[in-house]
Formats: sequence, C-alpha cells, structure tokens
Amino acid sequence: MAEITFRIKRQDPASKKDPEARWEEYVVPYENNLTVLEGLFYVQEKFDGSLSFRYCCRASICGSCAMYINGAYRLACQTNVKHLPTVHSANPTVTVSPMPHVPLVKDLVCDMDGFFDKYEYIKPWLIRNSADPEKEIPQSPKDRKKLDMPIDCILCGCCYSSCPSVWGEENYIGPAALLKAYRFEVDSRDEARKERLPLFDNERGVYRCHTIMNCQEACPKELSPTEGIQWLKKAAVRRRLFGRLK
Amino acid sequence: MIHHDVIVVGGGLSGLRAAVEAKRAGVDVAILSQVHPARSHSGAAQGGINAALGNHPDGHDDTWEKHAFDTTKGGDYLGDQDAIMQMTKDAVGVIYEMDHWGCPFSRYEDGRIAQRPFGGAGFPRCCYGADKTGQYLLHTLVEQAYRLQVKLYVEQYVCKLIVHEGVCQGVVAYDMIRGGFEAFSAGAVVIATGGSGRIYSNSTNALINTGGGMALAYHAGVPLKDMEFIQFHPTGLYSTNILMTEGARGEGGYLLNGLGERYMEKYAPKSMELAPRDIVSRSGQTEINEGRGINGQPYLYLDLRHLGAEKILERLPGIRDLAIHFEGVDPIEEPIPVVPSQHYTMGGIDTDVDGATPMPGLYAAGECACVSVHGANRLGGNSLLETIVFGRRAGAEVVRYLEGRADKRPPNARAAFAAVQAMEDKIDRLSSAAGAENAYALRAEMADVTRDHFGVFRDEPTMKTGLEKLLAVKERSKNVGLRWTGQVFNLDMIRTVDLESMIDVALAMAAGALARTESRGAHFRTDFSKRDDANWLKHTLAYYRPDEAGPRLDSKPVTLGTFEPQERTY
Repeated sequence: MAEITFRIKRQDPASKKDPEARWEEYVVPYENNLTVLEGLFYVQEKFDGSLSFRYCCRASICGSCAMYINGAYRLACQTNVKHLPTVHSANPTVTVSPMPHVPLVKDLVCDMDGFFDKYEYIKPWLIRNSADPEKEIPQSPKDRKKLDMPIDCILCGCCYSSCPSVWGEENYIGPAALLKAYRFEVDSRDEARKERLPLFDNERGVYRCHTIMNCQEACPKELSPTEGIQWLKKAAVRRRLFGRLK
Repeated sequence: MIHHDVIVVGGGLSGLRAAVEAKRAGVDVAILSQVHPARSHSGAAQGGINAALGNHPDGHDDTWEKHAFDTTKGGDYLGDQDAIMQMTKDAVGVIYEMDHWGCPFSRYEDGRIAQRPFGGAGFPRCCYGADKTGQYLLHTLVEQAYRLQVKLYVEQYVCKLIVHEGVCQGVVAYDMIRGGFEAFSAGAVVIATGGSGRIYSNSTNALINTGGGMALAYHAGVPLKDMEFIQFHPTGLYSTNILMTEGARGEGGYLLNGLGERYMEKYAPKSMELAPRDIVSRSGQTEINEGRGINGQPYLYLDLRHLGAEKILERLPGIRDLAIHFEGVDPIEEPIPVVPSQHYTMGGIDTDVDGATPMPGLYAAGECACVSVHGANRLGGNSLLETIVFGRRAGAEVVRYLEGRADKRPPNARAAFAAVQAMEDKIDRLSSAAGAENAYALRAEMADVTRDHFGVFRDEPTMKTGLEKLLAVKERSKNVGLRWTGQVFNLDMIRTVDLESMIDVALAMAAGALARTESRGAHFRTDFSKRDDANWLKHTLAYYRPDEAGPRLDSKPVTLGTFEPQERTY
C-alpha cells in the first residue's frame, strides 16, 4: 500500500461558525512503521493546520495521545498502522476519533479536568503518620512487587472513557482513580487508615464497578484496574462486616 | 491579570520539586505547563538516579566525594566543582525524601533501595525502579504537588517573560484550552522546561522538548552557557531514536558490531559498555563510519539475550515493550538495532547553585539550566538527580529572594500588559503574513542540519557550512505565516512560534561549537582532537543579539579546586 486514508472526526465546539462534528478524510503516504501519531502530524503539517491533538513523548509513556482508533482505545504513538486490519483492505483506512464519553475540547482533544479532579479526590499520595526514618522506609521485594501493576498507570484516561459505569454516573470516580487508590492502599509504606478508605467505600467508589472489564481491555499498558477495584472492594466490605481496617 | 508569588514554568521533575519546596515554605506558587505535569518528559527517563547510598553489595565504600569525582571526570573537567559537590552531597537526602513520599524504587531483600552499575561510575550507585525510574519519580512528585495544593495551570504555553527595569516579574502564556494570551505576574519566575533535543532530527527526546524555556531567558538577555555540548546517547532505537536505557548495559547488555564483536573492547577495555556516553557513542559511530555496522548498515546491536527472560522481564520490562512496539524486536529473542542519538543538552540558562540567573527574579533548574554540573558530558543517572537537587534548591532560593528583596512593590502592570500586547501583535503579524515559507519544512530542515553538521564528530568546514545553513533557515523563517488563527488548541500557532526559539537555540549551539577549537567530552572535533586546557578550560556564554543573526560569545572561568584535570581513560 502506498497511501492510507486517515478518516478523522473533527469538531470545534467553541467555533461560532461551525460547531458541529464532521468526518474529514486525508490521504497520507505510507512509510514502513508509520504510527497513527505520525500520520496526524502529516495531516496537521501538510493539509490542515487547524487539526488539534495531544502529544508529548511519542514513546507510550506520557499518556497524552489516547484516542479511539478503529473502534478501540489506543495510544496514537504506539499504534503502528501496519498492525491495523483496515489498513490491509482494498481501501486502506485508519479511523480516528476522540475518546468517547469524555467532554470534548476540540477534534481529538478531550477535556481531562474531570478525570484529574477525581484523581485528586482519592488522595493519590503516600499517607504516613509515623516519623520518617533517617534512611529509606524499608520495603521487601515481595511488598514492592504488589506495586508493579498499578504504578505503571500513565493516566491516559482510556479506562475511564471505556467504563459504562462512568458513562451512567457522573460522580463515579472511575477505574483510574481507583487503581491509584489501590496503588497506595497496597503499599506497605502507606499508613492511611481512615483517610482514604471512606473515599472509595461510598456511592462514588468501588460499588459502582460491575466488573464489566472494559477498563482492562482498553488499557494500552495492559493493566487491570478491575483487579485493583476488587481488592479495594474486599477491604471496604471487610471493614463494613468486621470493622477491620486493612 | 493573575498573580502568584512564584510562577514555575514547566511541570517536570525540576519544576515540581521547585514548586513543592516553595509551597512547603508557605509561598503561593503556581506551575504553568504546556502539558499536564504527569505527561512531562521527565517520565521518559528510564535507568535511574545516582546517589552514594552504598546499598549495592559492591558499593559499601562509595561516598559523595567519589560520586563528585566521577561526575567531574565524566564531564571532562568542565563542570564547576563546587556545584558538583553540592549536588552529590545533597543526593543521598533527596533520594530518601523521594522514598518517604512513596517513590516505588526497586528493593533489595533487606528492604533497602536497589542500585545498579551505570556508565562512568566507580561504584554501582544508580538507584532505580525497574526501567521506569523517571515515571515513578515524576508521578511521586505530581502526587506531592496535589497533596500540597500547588496551583496547576495545565496546557498553558508560556511564550514570553515580563521584564520590568531589568527584573523578571512574570510570564505571558497562551491558554491552549480557552484561547487567548494572559499575563501571569509574579515575584519570581522559575524556568524548568527541560532540554532542547528537538532542534535535532535524531533525538530521543519528547516532541515538546524544543528549548522554548531556554529561548525565553535567552531572548530576554540572559546568556546560555556551554550550548555546544550535546550528548548523544549510544543506544537510541534505529528507526525512531527512542531511548534504550543505559541500564540495559548496567544489567549486563552487550554492544555488538556487524562482525559480532563487543567493539567497546577496543575503545574502553576496562569499562567496556559502561564507559561514559560520549566515549561509547563515538565508538559506535566509528564502527558505523568504518563499515562495521550490522550488515554494513548504519546501526549496531544492543544484545540482551544472554541476560535471560527472567532478568529482562524483572529489570527491563519497559525496554522490552518499547523494542517490541517501536522496532518489532523482542529483546529476549533478538538483539536490538540501535544508533547514537541526540539525548541531552548539557548547556542551558546560566545559573548558580541556587538556580539564580544573572537577571533578578529569574531562576532556572533542570535540563534547561546549566549550573554547571555535567560539564562537557553528563553521566547517566545524573540528570534525574540534577532535576531534584537543583529544583529543590531553586525553590528554596526564590523564597529567600522574595523575603530579602528591598523593592516590595507589586509587579508593574503596564509591563505585563505591554508583554501581552507584544505577543498579540506578533500573532497578528503571523496571521496576516503571506506565509511564503512553510514553518514545518523549515523546522525539519533545521533539525537535519544540526544532525548532519553538529553530530558526534565535528570539524570546521562541516560546522561552517552548517552554520550558514542555519542562518539561511533563520532568514527564511521571517516569511512564515499561520495557516489557522483559531483560539482553541492551536498547534499551528504553537509550532510556528516554537520555530523561532528552536532556530535561535540551535544558532547558540552552533556558534559555540564552531568557536571551541578543542575536543572535550561530547564536543569532539576531528580537526582539534585534543583537550586544550590552556585555552579552553572555560565556559562559553552566548548572548542573544536581536539585530544580528547569531549570538555574541563570551566566556567565564570554570570553578576547579578539588580535582586536578587529568587525561580521561576508562
């Protein structure tokens, strides 16, 4: 294939002239290993300076370029077009739209303020009550291993956008914030007792998760927010049944 | 007009650490960042952060003095030794502090922070969290910024300093979400915007690392220091220049040429793959230039296969993912194609050990600054350290500055409005320009010139031609125009405004490189292949000249005192 059609959903809600959504098509030359992000830059540079999208590291670590590509949550920088089946059809095409169910800023840029408000709500920091030691707080490799999964979250928002419970309940803090809560609750150095648990043991928290598992499927880092949420749910239920903390 | 006591420009490790320090002292501080702080390029750092903790079984005799010596020697004696000792002395404390804030470092059985060997280091002193140390440190400081309720202005593109009577009093920023330019006045400004890697087309850096923060200071009359010293990392992925951490060699990875030889044997028989980066990059480039790349092609192999799947999955999982996604190679099964790639800007805004620039009210920290601790070549694991040590010091210093200054009048409103007006006029001019030149084509041209003319090996004719080409690009860049003038998330405007900064930063680098007739650290000239301490043991200062194409160059002495310059062997 020499060329690929990029079908991009465009919308500028702030525009007085044309605030409605529309689909635009742009023909991008195919080069080996072309990523979706590179294709978007090609369009922005050559065809349409008004195209908006987020980008930063182009190495799948910053979480900026989460989008809906060919009907799946992906990081544009990590998505090599040659791996998309539609690129190998008679009409090689890539379809790109912003993450659904998140308010739109413009084109492929979503408004992430609500996402980060919920992140902040959960107190995403290590809570300590005892005095810090002179050196490091010891942590065994076994305890450290419990953090492996949740600390790889890059806060891209794919899970949040994919979760039907988030769509239906705007106060639900969603899988990313809960995964962050799990990351600290499971950290042997964290000493939160009553500070964080009531924040997820409520109508905004873990009970809104119905193990639909979309988050796990959507995560470009192959993490499982569901696993974290179920752990938190157990902790919350244990406290309710037996009054035990942690 | 919005006002905060302190404005920090940039939300990476340096900016966050500065803000956290000032906030803890009770000062009203805000961060303005082009991206959400959690998306900053600090998060792409992989291998680790140096501190003489002495946790490694072979590291019990390590001390901050030895760390200082390694850093000084690694930098080919251009680093200021007082600053280096300050950094290595502060190092141990700031690492423990990051641990107390929850940073998930990897651990030894006894619960202490794990350390790995790194290039140019006499002891294994690089603390790490798998191969995602930058991400873990960054998220930890983002968390602390939220805890302390540091005010975050996210997706604000800072494009001008507000300077009144020679004092920095704030910044002008484009609000990417709501549109329009806004003045943010402040008692002091800390620039912490990272490096300028993207002036090169073969950079490992994030796409936003355009040197914009350096240009803010430079255009306001503050000198850039030692800009000719550009670090090339020995192992960027062949097709994308995405970083493959030095930690891969720290864990035992080999570098192989097309003959299957561990070629470092010829160049650094003692340190092998863990010689400093300037030496390893020159060695790799020599192999490529002499036709010993893989199948004669211009790349080499980073081979991890002998480490085994278990170690790769435990210590280098991120490297493996990147190699699979971006190069189509699983390091457990195959060697990784790599090439020397632009990686780091040793130079930057001229500051002292507390981040102070020559302009009152203006501070800088991290890669955009030059203290200088890295001298002519930075050691792996020292950049993350620099961000936290000097971010913290700058944050403490602005507090002292605000308390101690005699003039306590509020920032001059007229100067702020004038600065906003100047930006609006500039955008009006760009909007109505015919746009005979294409900003993106010029940017690509510039980035290829720096790659081809100011690379691992340099000489006068090549650099002279390169400088002329850069000057031609600068001249043509006066004829760029905007293609879109909308208010919201206008990438066309940001990237067009970036171009001017990038060209001026590139010119400062190029002028310094051409002037320095010696080889030192990462600046290697085939026509002056020896270090020349008699004439060049000094820092380069580049001053912006608004009416001239290139900078005015000056110099200042290096602070020596403890370690006598010696020949570097590894």
